[in-house]
Amino acid sequence: MNALRQVCTFIVDSHLIGLDTKHVREVLRFQELTNVPLSPLTVSGLINLRGEIVTALDLRIRLELPPRASDQPPINVVVRNNSETVSLLVDEIGDVLEVTEDTFEPAPEHLEGAAHDLIVGTYQLEDKLLLMLNLKNTMDLSDSTTSTRSVHASRVAETDLRQTQ
Amino acid sequence: MANNENLLDGMEEVIQEFLAESVEGLDQMDNDLVALEADPGDPDLLANIFRTIHSIKGTCGFFGYAKLESVSHVGESLLSQLRDGELVLTQEIATVLLNLVDAIREMLTAIESTGTDGENKYVDLVATLGRLKDGASATPGPPASKSKKASNHAKTTRKNKSSDTEAATAEDEQAPSVKPQRTGKDSPKPDATSGEQPNQSTRGVVSVAESAIRVDVDILDNLMNLVGELVLARNQILASPVTQEDPLLTNACQRLNLITSELQQDVMKTRMQPINTIWNKFPRVVRDIAKAYGKQAKVEMEGKETELDKSLIEAMKDPLTHLIRNAVDHGIETPDERVANGKPAEGRVALTAYHASGQVIIEIADDGAGINVARIREKAIELGLITSTQASQMSERDITRLIFAPGMTTSKKVTNISGRGVGMDVVRTNLEKIGGFIELDSTPGRGSSFRIQLPLTLAIIPALLVRSGNESFAIPQGSILELIRINQDDSSSSIEMIHGVPVFRLRGKLLPLVYLNRELELGDTRQPDGMLNIVVLQVDQRKFGLVVEAVDDSTEIVVKPLSEILKAIPVYAGATITGNGKVALILDVLGLAQRAKLLSESQDRYMDANAESTTHGGEADRRPFIIANTTDGGHIAIPVDSVVRLEEFKRGCLEQAGSRTVVQYGGKILPLINLAELLQERRRKPRKIVGQDTKTANDVVHAIVYSVDGYSVGLIVDRIQDIVDHSQTMQGPPTRKGTLGTIVIQERITEVFDVGSLQREICSMHKTPQRAAGG
Repeated sequence: MNALRQVCTFIVDSHLIGLDTKHVREVLRFQELTNVPLSPLTVSGLINLRGEIVTALDLRIRLELPPRASDQPPINVVVRNNSETVSLLVDEIGDVLEVTEDTFEPAPEHLEGAAHDLIVGTYQLEDKLLLMLNLKNTMDLSDSTTSTRSVHASRVAETDLRQTQ
Repeated sequence: MANNENLLDGMEEVIQEFLAESVEGLDQMDNDLVALEADPGDPDLLANIFRTIHSIKGTCGFFGYAKLESVSHVGESLLSQLRDGELVLTQEIATVLLNLVDAIREMLTAIESTGTDGENKYVDLVATLGRLKDGASATPGPPASKSKKASNHAKTTRKNKSSDTEAATAEDEQAPSVKPQRTGKDSPKPDATSGEQPNQSTRGVVSVAESAIRVDVDILDNLMNLVGELVLARNQILASPVTQEDPLLTNACQRLNLITSELQQDVMKTRMQPINTIWNKFPRVVRDIAKAYGKQAKVEMEGKETELDKSLIEAMKDPLTHLIRNAVDHGIETPDERVANGKPAEGRVALTAYHASGQVIIEIADDGAGINVARIREKAIELGLITSTQASQMSERDITRLIFAPGMTTSKKVTNISGRGVGMDVVRTNLEKIGGFIELDSTPGRGSSFRIQLPLTLAIIPALLVRSGNESFAIPQGSILELIRINQDDSSSSIEMIHGVPVFRLRGKLLPLVYLNRELELGDTRQPDGMLNIVVLQVDQRKFGLVVEAVDDSTEIVVKPLSEILKAIPVYAGATITGNGKVALILDVLGLAQRAKLLSESQDRYMDANAESTTHGGEADRRPFIIANTTDGGHIAIPVDSVVRLEEFKRGCLEQAGSRTVVQYGGKILPLINLAELLQERRRKPRKIVGQDTKTANDVVHAIVYSVDGYSVGLIVDRIQDIVDHSQTMQGPPTRKGTLGTIVIQERITEVFDVGSLQREICSMHKTPQRAAGG
């Protein structure tokens, strides 16, 4: 059970978030975003990825975290699940880590809000917790009320995430 | 087999497809059988083999190849027992099955070369198969002799092989470990390439399989995508002024331009399918429905080979089937009624398809009773679609159009195929989704005719780029009627409010307005100079004006799908990448109209009918005309049906190429024709456009850009006076060559231009193989 797993990590509002490297296509610095009126708030816009039009989702908004400072350009983590490609906007990109399966723990049950559906579990690193993202749920905005969710709700989720650390 | 030959005429393509598929299937079956010998119980392999034989049997039965059918049938029965576990595959059975594969292959060869499944009845093979099926072992002799017989048909060439098989069979009976050898001997390729007088007809079958290959649609889509990118890159290069400086580079750019256009056309062709792929089931549909309702009807088809994009073909299937069912169920009367009305007892449904000005036109006409306007009016009032006051103000044509309204049905009784009132509305919306539209023409007692207009492809379309709230959007040209720029502070052209809806008075008609920035919840961006840009759009024969901040450019765009996340927003049809590499959303005109609640039919119709009734009666044959001055001081009306747009060129931009005047326009070379040349101007010398002595290079030339059969041409006119809607019935005879006649417009005698003369001119231009103007 001590299988090694390669995880691509990135930082979103002080949280260390991880995704299996097999899902990550590429990481891009600043990309010009085209706004999509009437779309859910999570959708930051569209980017031109060498002729392919990719939807960019702001992971901060998706995870109901406070918005990024306006002078902080996001980083695009282009990910693919099945045949659908999206770009996740994160604050900073971290290292590719090798984690062992025995340090994995499923997400605590009392996680509330967006984190409950989006975090599958954690790896306990020496100094930090690595939160593993459920990519399928992250990309599925069909039940998303993110666009209307209040600031209060995001605060609650934020404290929840902090508690798990 | 005369019967077969008749069938062959109409079904050649289907048969070719069947042959190619079957040969492929048989090759696979060879491999599967050999693999099965190694693992006799593998259910997947058995299922594969069974499926191949089963589909060959089914299809050839349909084509009437009785022998092929009977041979494969016996094989199928044996295989079904194997599949169900009633028999276990032995070497012997495998050998016989492989012989069966050879026999079928031979018959397919015969079908390809002679059109029949050959003379050989394969009695021994069938007998052996039958015996094995009954659980008895084949006698040592028959497998060998049968395979010899089977091969006798193609005598010398197969002889070599049949003795191989014989040897293999003999070996099989003692040594079970000969599989690898067998593979070599029985698989078709070594046989065909062994160099021993390859059988000519065997080669024929191979050629069917080789002249066409199956390509994953995903690859074609990807190819289309890449070509789209290439088109964009080309447009960027052509727009760059640097390319004009170096003659070498200019030359290379022109070649790049031509090659890209041809590549684009060819890649598009790979996705083209003849419309017959959906039409060919209609004779049967019509026959069955006619029979079920005691009617007599036949189908006539013209333009079966007309090709359109695969995605369109698929999208057209249901709407067309519905229209055809309707034509028989609603349109065509019972034989008695028909005879009483002096028509032949057998009704006729005519399907016509053709390409016209870069679009595909499909017509479905029946010679039935036509649409009963009174009944539709009655029904529409009953269903609350319109009020009786509205009904009395609506023209017959408008009422007929109500059959496309949701919930409308005129069928007296609901049948299992039509009359449930969901049909025409769905047909219309489905067609609009793929950028097409449908028109209806009906004469009581004479029949109805539906005319569907479709774009050739969905992948690359001409579009207009507009801006609103600092965002760029693309609007497909197909739905744009005209562009208007007004000063909103000028009281004579101001915007009025009716029932809280902003409207603009456009040539006597009220045009409801939609503000794009408000619909998309963008910031309010009123133009500081008080000018307002209105894009007049048409959706389902209704017009509305879209108010945008600025109109940027008209260009060809590559439609790219939006991700699933955004598909739920109905106002976007996709996205595209503009010349500067930015992403722009493509607006879905229908979705936008629905979001703006413009399709609350009655109100709009009421306004329409109201405005029309104040002008003239008899709208049926009205069409828009451009009124221009002729050089001899008269007025000429030019029908605008096929006009792409009006353009102004600086006189200095016009160039002379050979005997022709041309201008660079949207990255292409646009030939120009002077209206005066077509009209046999009464003045002695037609005016020259280039090299004028009195005119300066900055003078503006007005051109009406027409598009005919994919070729664009600019018609130079002296001065455009107005655009009017007017009856197209001629009031006077033609005055000279190039005119259709005269009508009175705005109290002036006006000649009507014959667009046909322009078409003839374009045809003569393109008789030479040069294609620079097209593309």
